[in-house]
Amino acid sequence: MDNGQFLIYLLIMSGSTYLIRAIPFAAMRKKIQNTFIKSFLYYIPYTVLAAMTFPAALYATGSMASATVGLLVAVVFAILEKDLTIVAIAACVSVYLSELLFSFTGII
Amino acid sequence: MKIKNSFLRGLKSGVPIGLGYLSVSFSFGIMAVSMGFHWWQAVIISMVTVTSAGQLAGIGIMVNPGQYIEMLISQLTVNVRYSFMAISLSQKTDSKFKGIYRWLLGFFITDEIFAVASNEESVSRSFFTGLSLIPWLGWTMGTLTGALLGNILPDELMSALCIAIYGMFVAIIAPKAKKSLSLLIVVVIALAMSCIFYYAPVLKEISSGISISVCAILAALIGAIFFPVKEDADNG
Repeated sequence: MDNGQFLIYLLIMSGSTYLIRAIPFAAMRKKIQNTFIKSFLYYIPYTVLAAMTFPAALYATGSMASATVGLLVAVVFAILEKDLTIVAIAACVSVYLSELLFSFTGII
Repeated sequence: MKIKNSFLRGLKSGVPIGLGYLSVSFSFGIMAVSMGFHWWQAVIISMVTVTSAGQLAGIGIMVNPGQYIEMLISQLTVNVRYSFMAISLSQKTDSKFKGIYRWLLGFFITDEIFAVASNEESVSRSFFTGLSLIPWLGWTMGTLTGALLGNILPDELMSALCIAIYGMFVAIIAPKAKKSLSLLIVVVIALAMSCIFYYAPVLKEISSGISISVCAILAALIGAIFFPVKEDADNG
């Protein structure tokens, strides 16, 4: 690809992505009082995460079975209120072990 | 001491995000090179953009010459969710986190970094800097290794690393949803809509960046209408 054209594309892509993050972040100086907006902003992080996690996570690993095991382990650890890192590692280990187990026993 | 501690705490919280990014950006690196980009182009894109869905849409447009307006429109639609996150995060920052720090650190608002930061009572500059560092490094290094080396890690290991990021998401949602029925309902609505967008004909053609924005915004609107959050409950 031609370097000049690459540079223009890069500027548009990174510039627009940066500004869409930074402008609202820098512009909001006051605490919002409106209950409706406050409620909306309270729910947003969780709805973003929920929409990103499911069903995409089911297809993130080698098989849907191992992904399901990983997600279930994560849910159990999370409900027990373990640290974020611990939950993530537990999910990884359970996916790794379940894939070994499944391939060993020939289930998948 | 306090600043150092919150920086270190941020670094630690960034580890699972970094691990998850490593595997996601690894596949971005492979994909970019297979589409004809140089390895360094892939790495620069990741370093200055740091957004999975946006970059994926971006390189798809870049392979055609002169589609600058298309590029702008695609980036704005795929990434509009960051604006909502930025506003939400602006309500949680401590009193020193303002001005130039917002302009500098605002660069690092990704879905995952935002989510972990939102989990804090109050977000300080040092915590947010620590939190951003490892994910950014992971995103860059993953792209670099993917672009240069392709598939070298054993499949089982890649596969296991890919679930890290989702495990972390679950760890953020579940404890809060356990304590609040209204949050649980709103989360289930988001999940259900996300499944519809994933599997339903026509809707499944929509890029994941856009469908995530739509599901998240609709579910949060439903929450705000039917279960407005009372005072003092906004820390979850």
